[in-house]
Amino acid sequence: MTQLLIQNVRLLEPASMDDRVTDILIDGETIRDIGPSLNTKGADLIDANGLWAFPGVVDIHAHLREPGQESKETIATGTRSAAAGGITTVVCMANTAPPVDSPTAIEFVLERAERTACVHVHPVGALTKGMQGKEMAPIGAMAEAGAVAISDDGCGVMDSYVMMRAMEYAAVFDMPIISHCEDHNLTANAPVNLGKMSTTLGVTGSPREAETIQTSRDLILARKTGAQLHISHVSAAETVDIIRFYKAKGVKVTADTAPHYLTLTDEATDHFNTNAKVNPPLRTLEDQEALYEGLRDGSIDCIATDHSPHTFSEKDQQMSAAPFGIIGFETLLPLMLGPIQQRCGLDPIEALGWITYKSARAINLDAGELKIGGRADLVLWNPDAENVIDAETFYSKSRNTPFNGWKLKGRVKATYVSGRRVHGDSEI
Amino acid sequence: MSTWKSRDCLGLRGVSREEIELVLDTARSMKEIQTRTVKKVPTLRGKIVINLFYEPSTRTSTSFELAATRLSADVIDIQTGASSVVKGESVVDTAQTLRVMGADGCVIRHSVSGTPHFLAKYIDIPVINAGDGTNEHPTQALLDMFTIREHKGPLEGLTIVIVGDILHSRVARSNMWGLLTMGAKLRFVGPPTLIPPGVEALGVEVRHKLDGAFEDADVINLLRVQKERMSANFFPDLKEYSRYYGMNGERLKRTKPGSIIMHPGPMNRGVEITTEVAESDQAVILEQVTNGIAVRMALLYLLIGARDANEKKTETTKAGDTPSLF
Ligand SMILES: [Zn+2]
Ligand SMILES: [Zn+2]
Repeated sequence: MTQLLIQNVRLLEPASMDDRVTDILIDGETIRDIGPSLNTKGADLIDANGLWAFPGVVDIHAHLREPGQESKETIATGTRSAAAGGITTVVCMANTAPPVDSPTAIEFVLERAERTACVHVHPVGALTKGMQGKEMAPIGAMAEAGAVAISDDGCGVMDSYVMMRAMEYAAVFDMPIISHCEDHNLTANAPVNLGKMSTTLGVTGSPREAETIQTSRDLILARKTGAQLHISHVSAAETVDIIRFYKAKGVKVTADTAPHYLTLTDEATDHFNTNAKVNPPLRTLEDQEALYEGLRDGSIDCIATDHSPHTFSEKDQQMSAAPFGIIGFETLLPLMLGPIQQRCGLDPIEALGWITYKSARAINLDAGELKIGGRADLVLWNPDAENVIDAETFYSKSRNTPFNGWKLKGRVKATYVSGRRVHGDSEI
Repeated sequence: MSTWKSRDCLGLRGVSREEIELVLDTARSMKEIQTRTVKKVPTLRGKIVINLFYEPSTRTSTSFELAATRLSADVIDIQTGASSVVKGESVVDTAQTLRVMGADGCVIRHSVSGTPHFLAKYIDIPVINAGDGTNEHPTQALLDMFTIREHKGPLEGLTIVIVGDILHSRVARSNMWGLLTMGAKLRFVGPPTLIPPGVEALGVEVRHKLDGAFEDADVINLLRVQKERMSANFFPDLKEYSRYYGMNGERLKRTKPGSIIMHPGPMNRGVEITTEVAESDQAVILEQVTNGIAVRMALLYLLIGARDANEKKTETTKAGDTPSLF
């Protein structure tokens, strides 16, 4: 087995809050040692002076679009994009075409990942058959086949009875439920947030209550059933309040938000900019403040991209006709270690916690830590590199990002998955 | 001298006071043309204007067609109202077709907000929005402003009340942008379900009852009630609507002397307006239709004719040639 010695790197290990300059020795798939002046004969050497090393990022909410929507993304292109963004574990949602709602479909995703993915891929199984919101999908069999959670992400589960039964049943298999909280009666034909911007554009607005109402219901049901619930892509201020309230009552709930909710408001949708059309919609500065408050006090546990690729021609339509979604793999780290971290007033290591071990723990994954004996999933990061976001250079098949042209700082120098370099520039 | 700055007329949001005044002033000379025995000038001779209507509207398309032909342009009417959902791609295809046809300007109506903006990205000729979804209807607002100005003088400081389904009204929205820019006091009246959120922040006063909200108004603009809104629970029924938001003879008596009643048409008589009101001396509804042609002539002239004349002027200044406009 080849060994790789990364020398003089600034290690940022959020789970243990370890922040120091040290050496890291990778042996095959694992981290053999971490410490000062490691001396190993025969190991390949990287002089990482000035670089940071941190655990590979865990993204617990992404859309890889395979099977069925390969023109948007595939497991191969999506994971290549993830690797370029320093993400080593991707949890992919079930709303493909057809949806992943059976053990066979879970096996298909895992088998495709085995052959074509360059990072770890964990599929989520649908909560209901065909994601129709009516009949429970075979949760046990999907768990056995390798699903890590269940979710009808893309749609809110409208029927409270179905949701309650799924929660009761999923608990048997220790399956977390990832909730896409949306009351569709309130969001029909609404491409942007309800408020000044929907009025300005003359389109139907999507009210925050569509999110908060379903969050409330799901938390009430989680309390009743004891299910493990994860609320995804929190966008509204009141949602944070409700989660905070139920967390204090001891309900097993975790939550994430996405980088775009922390860096953009609905103003980004002005002039019918469909690249900023996302579900739930970008909201206002007040909502954004509440999200930051939620992150600081732990009401929101972690951050996930909700990477949602769409082709150019799909997005190049009128606001109400274009699909929802923003891609996020390749902008995650520069946003996290730039504007988001700065706005929080926290150290980089704390910002990294939200996209590594905290994400993993939210849905019981063993990932997101960099420790002796652990799997060698890590990122080498150049904190000083200028980074002008250029979607044309993305590895993702899609380009639907509102961050194009943003001047940020920091770049992924290399990404390692199980000790293997899956992304890196030529100097390494 | 001021000019219309944008290549297109996609809406009145962001359009300056000077530009609006330019259109209204130009429309005045255009209205004069309509009183002549020969109601035609050669200004746009040889130009092709495409009328692209994805949503049926005889009134607006006829008004644009008359406006263009009075300026001697050739008009190609494309009515594709049959297919209700038109995808962006087909709008792009259409844009390519228009280029091939050698069109000099395009008037578009579409049921999806933002479609004219989308089309404008793909063609390099002026695009005029004739109504997009629930977003804007700039020429209607301009003709409203023109009509108000004829009766009430400068718009600044006037109190203008718009009643009804503001939420879904592109007429109201364009009027809002335009009237606020012109310094008018604007009041929206309707049930909370039909008032768009956030308009107070833009400077509009909102009232939910008509009684007490129109008595001080210089202008009362009554919007058409869409009967489909009833089934979507925006209001209980037409009877209740007319009782609380309809302008009738009894209410007409309480209007400010000299105030005018407007309606973008077509009217639901007995719902938002009674026949008594529609046929009263205060109603200017038919004038609005006449003025619509003048305003559209003005806009076509400013976007296609004046621009063209300016270009020619720069080409021929050496020859000392000043182009004649009419
Ligand atoms: Zn979702
Ligand atoms: Zn999603």
